Amino acid sequence: METSATMQKETRPVTAGAAKRKGGTGAADIVIHLVLALLALATVLPFYNVFLMSFSNTVAVSKQMVYLVPTVIDLSAYHYIFQEPRFLKAVLVTLFVTVVGTTVNMGVTLTGAYVLSKTGYPGRRAVMALIIFTMFFNGGLIPYYLTMKNLHLINNLLVMVLPVAVNTFYLMICIAFFRTIPAALEESAKIDGANDIQVLARVILPVAKPMIATIGLFYAVDRWNEWWNGVLFMTNVNLLPLQALLRELLTNYAQVLSSINANVSLQNTDLHPEMLKMAVVVVSALPIACLYPFLQKYFEKGVMIGSIKG
Amino acid sequence: MTKSLGKELYKYRYLYLLLLPTVLFYALFQYLPMYGVLLAFKEYHFKAGILGSPWVGWDNFEALLRQREFWQAFRNTVILSLGRIVFEFPAAILLALLINEVAGRRLKKFYQTVFTFPHFISWVIISGILFNFLGSDGVLNQILAAFGASKESFLTSPGLFRAIVFLSNIWKEVGWSAIIYLAAIAGINPELYEAAYMDGANRFQQLMAVTWPSIRGTAGILLILSVGNAMNGNFEQIFNLYNPGVYSTGDIIDTYVYRSAFVDGSGFGVSTAIGLFKAAINFALLYAANFAVKRLGGEGLV
Repeated sequence: METSATMQKETRPVTAGAAKRKGGTGAADIVIHLVLALLALATVLPFYNVFLMSFSNTVAVSKQMVYLVPTVIDLSAYHYIFQEPRFLKAVLVTLFVTVVGTTVNMGVTLTGAYVLSKTGYPGRRAVMALIIFTMFFNGGLIPYYLTMKNLHLINNLLVMVLPVAVNTFYLMICIAFFRTIPAALEESAKIDGANDIQVLARVILPVAKPMIATIGLFYAVDRWNEWWNGVLFMTNVNLLPLQALLRELLTNYAQVLSSINANVSLQNTDLHPEMLKMAVVVVSALPIACLYPFLQKYFEKGVMIGSIKG
Repeated sequence: MTKSLGKELYKYRYLYLLLLPTVLFYALFQYLPMYGVLLAFKEYHFKAGILGSPWVGWDNFEALLRQREFWQAFRNTVILSLGRIVFEFPAAILLALLINEVAGRRLKKFYQTVFTFPHFISWVIISGILFNFLGSDGVLNQILAAFGASKESFLTSPGLFRAIVFLSNIWKEVGWSAIIYLAAIAGINPELYEAAYMDGANRFQQLMAVTWPSIRGTAGILLILSVGNAMNGNFEQIFNLYNPGVYSTGDIIDTYVYRSAFVDGSGFGVSTAIGLFKAAINFALLYAANFAVKRLGGEGLV
């Protein structure tokens, strides 16, 4: 409904204005809109279905009554998971990784990008070349695993923070952005006797706020979505991030349940496994859905700066 | 000479201080693991460590070339990557062209917003949604049942796995991949369309004469990069979607390395050798694709 309303409102003025529309035929427009609207539905419906399912109850799920219209609204799946210690621990781990990880990401990336955006000091080219090389080659899984082991990062929450402290692609975007800031801005601060650190903090970062917001959101989403380092390095199940726990729940449901047998309540309530899984899916995806409007506002600019660089 | 270099370094000491965390990161987490590729030529002994383990020459490579599962994974990786270039690569261009044909900035924005969202959702979550959709009691089977068709086990069927891989990746990433083309299209001077229209070009001819040339260069570069990535095969997606039932068509080199090292335990040496083998092929492919695109008159990477 919303789509067609926007359509009618928007089509006319633009059609009159843009020359490129003049050659268009009505039939082609209808086909294009139909295709895009169907694709948009196909993108949204799976999320919607999962959402409904998580608020459903066992009767509705096992009778396969959950399609598009909510027949019941039942919070029992959420009631259960928010009482489950393993789930709560995983949420805490993920929150830690997101907050600490993003902070480290920004600290390292912004300082590094600022220095690499400048020229004239010895060593810049070599460092840049070594960084770009890592985009095309790495040691592979086993050397990575053994290195983390030697650095005592197994069963250590920092393994989800430090090895991912810099994303080279985001670093390049930051460098490209810093280069667009006029040099005159920092020269006046330098004349007043500020050193490079003070210039970065007082002059550069305030101008770079939109870019900082963009990259910060990108990093936050990446850290929230952490699961792989958890799967690889956490033998202690209490340290698994939320999405690693979700993965276990999806692939190994029975085993996860038996490992939390301390919680007998599950056997008593009629919780359909699918409901429970979908509730965890919703909790894992919800923060990103909430951040998305902000993210969406900026990412086009980010991709554009990145593409100029590439 | 050294004195003046020392002076230079001192002059820029604050810059070096600010660069230190970045350099430490790349040294510790990117370059330190690289020396581990030595393991490809060693037999790993847990106690001896990487440096202390004995050299075995090319033994690991010979061992891996004899493994039937390795060749299966190798073949699957190549087929999946080719399929991605054939199906997924043009899908993003098509979507960008379609969105661009929509009149009205707000509606364009609306479609972009919808199609880009799944990009930010991890493959773990997507796999949960897909399992729910494709499972034996999933939505698709319910729809099939409503039409009187019999139930199909989509997720464990080797014949369907690759189609699921392509479709789910298009579903997740096509909107994101289209952005870069839309950005290039947004930079086109509207007068070009005006001129084409004056010359009597219809909408499709305008698309071929004005829009397509403006994104051809971008498409070329992205094609080089995806060919150079051909041996990677998207580990996150496969690892979260596959199961032993579909190893014959879905196991890729990266998932095979993971299992051979951590599940089957066929030795870290052989697993490292596979990784190195893969990286070497990727390098060769990147180089070849870059060369080919340049020969065809496109812009290369370097």
